[in-house]
Amino acid sequence: MKIEEDLNLIKYNMSKTLFDKVWDSHVVRKIEGGPDVFFIDRHFIHEVTSPVAFLGLKSRGLKVLYPERTFATADHNTPTINQHLPVEDPLSANQLKALEDNSNEYGISHWGLGHQKNGIVHVVGPENGITFPGATIVCGDSHTSTHGAFGAIAFGIGTSEVEMVLSTQCIMQPKPKKMRINVNGQLGKGVTPKDVALYIISKLTTSGATGYFVEYAGDVFENMTMEGRMTVCNLSIEMGARGGMIAPDETTFNYLKNKPLSLKGDAWDTAVAHWKTLKTDADATFDKELTFLASDIEPMITYGTNPGMGMGISQNIPTAEAVEGGVATYKKSLDYMGYHENDAMIGKKIDYVFLGSCTNGRIEDFRAFASIVKGKRKADHVTAWLVPGSHEVEALIKEEGILDTLTEAGFVLRQPGCSACLAMNDDKVPAGKYAVSTSNRNFEGRQGPGSRTLLASPLVAAAAAVTGVVTDPRTLL
Amino acid sequence: MAYDKFNILTSTAVPLPLENVDTDQIIPARFLKATKREGFGDNLFRDWRYNNDNSPKESFVLNNPIYSGKILVGGKNFGSGSSREHAAWAVYDYGFRCVVSSFFADIFRNNCLNVGVLPVQVSPEFSEQIFNAIYDDPNTEIEVNLQNQTITILSTGAQESFDINSYKKENMLNGFDDIDYLQNIKGDIETFANGLLL
Repeated sequence: MKIEEDLNLIKYNMSKTLFDKVWDSHVVRKIEGGPDVFFIDRHFIHEVTSPVAFLGLKSRGLKVLYPERTFATADHNTPTINQHLPVEDPLSANQLKALEDNSNEYGISHWGLGHQKNGIVHVVGPENGITFPGATIVCGDSHTSTHGAFGAIAFGIGTSEVEMVLSTQCIMQPKPKKMRINVNGQLGKGVTPKDVALYIISKLTTSGATGYFVEYAGDVFENMTMEGRMTVCNLSIEMGARGGMIAPDETTFNYLKNKPLSLKGDAWDTAVAHWKTLKTDADATFDKELTFLASDIEPMITYGTNPGMGMGISQNIPTAEAVEGGVATYKKSLDYMGYHENDAMIGKKIDYVFLGSCTNGRIEDFRAFASIVKGKRKADHVTAWLVPGSHEVEALIKEEGILDTLTEAGFVLRQPGCSACLAMNDDKVPAGKYAVSTSNRNFEGRQGPGSRTLLASPLVAAAAAVTGVVTDPRTLL
Repeated sequence: MAYDKFNILTSTAVPLPLENVDTDQIIPARFLKATKREGFGDNLFRDWRYNNDNSPKESFVLNNPIYSGKILVGGKNFGSGSSREHAAWAVYDYGFRCVVSSFFADIFRNNCLNVGVLPVQVSPEFSEQIFNAIYDDPNTEIEVNLQNQTITILSTGAQESFDINSYKKENMLNGFDDIDYLQNIKGDIETFANGLLL
């Protein structure tokens, strides 16, 4: 951020949104009839989408322009048990090695398997203060939108763009349209940020925000913790948005203060003074604006094969005619899930529970899960994978006594990684089995060929884990 | 330079008068696992070009020695379907520097421009004129002039103008892709970065 220029912008351009302020201040050059040349403050890389980008760099004879703005972590392919042993799968092992070698060659910070700071990229970035308000952040991963919780413009990119950012720290992007989603009021007991996000997506559908960058505003987001905001922004991509962001405030500054890589002392104070200006002007307009009521939101669960196919947990599966979109596709989706129109979800038997992912793999998620299972026992037939988002989260779980609570209830804690969210490692849900998952996608086969995913909050996942069936967590609180 | 500069291309052309040619035909999905950009020319239109036993399909135009050249003339909505950049690689690696059609799918058009294949969009009437000229005489030469943004059937002098985004045109004249462009303005990028607090 350039302090003087941004103060001038504020004086003379009073009708800007938060998104405009961050976007416009990062344009290196505007191209007539073409995309903007857009500077990237922070580039996260992981082992799956970076190897070919580095090969491209080598073949062009280029170096990484700003290694200090680039951060590598291993997460997609890593096992979540026995991380001290050599990785068995050769393709995974190759990718992990490539990330390590490339990071060493180009002087990039690398938190590989076994490193004390290792974890899921969108968990370790914020918890170390690498993410900051007003930043532009990219990564070869669609859930990069997570960092928007800090008032950053953060989005996923493809491999050729990874190469572009590595070599020039810039990306060529046309500016998206702007949408604001307001949610006002107070959330009911047992209703979490995950439910807010699933509710919004169920109203917009998976393509309802395509072409837009979303700003989330209103009481509900102002009252949300940073981890809650991260959960919501994480899911922006599931309604087709380029990304989602929330204006930074005291909650944001308090979270970041004294994080390992945050600014300190005078530099911190200067930064905060600037960050306080990062909000949408009162008279700024959006291309589209929507408003929802917190009181309409209950714990959510998905019943179909895209994140938009979700509903309040106490409701019945809608008929094909009641939903937007093709009837044939809807019926095919229900068929895959083994569900029927008008079914209640409550009481449906489940087989697996997954607590984790960049959506809900943080300490507050584990606290929520523990609050339900404390003093109870895991249902015998349920296989539960509890995967912390990072070693730091793992350490907190132990420090706070949550590990004891989980162990007494018959649960086992695994090691950090993306795990069953996309099942690139061994954590695969078998065909036909139902998994209540705190992750972000329930596409056919996402968690393993033939697997059936029910997306939900940590509270819903915990309730299902102890009862063995889909259960309204509010009955256990 | 990411690819050879493009200025004036004078060449005979290969006619493929099929509409809605999608990128799965241009490069089938099984060829996308490559971690290097090699051999894509061999797999251009693979399943139209070769039988399962790898013998050439005689009826496919690429196997017909009468037609050759650096220009591919396609039917309407060329390059529809998946966004695979590999499709553009396959076209370039086979040897085509220019594809002519009355309508291009967006992503394919952009991919072509980024790898050095010039997509030239002409009117449906002119497209028909080109096909007729080639069928009359397979040695018909066509001139594509990027600087002037014209395409001309040399034997008759029939000519049409085509559109191209000015940024992309500049890149194509210099053999640049986006990374080359950005490398050239590296000074601006570094100046910008130096002014940042974080």
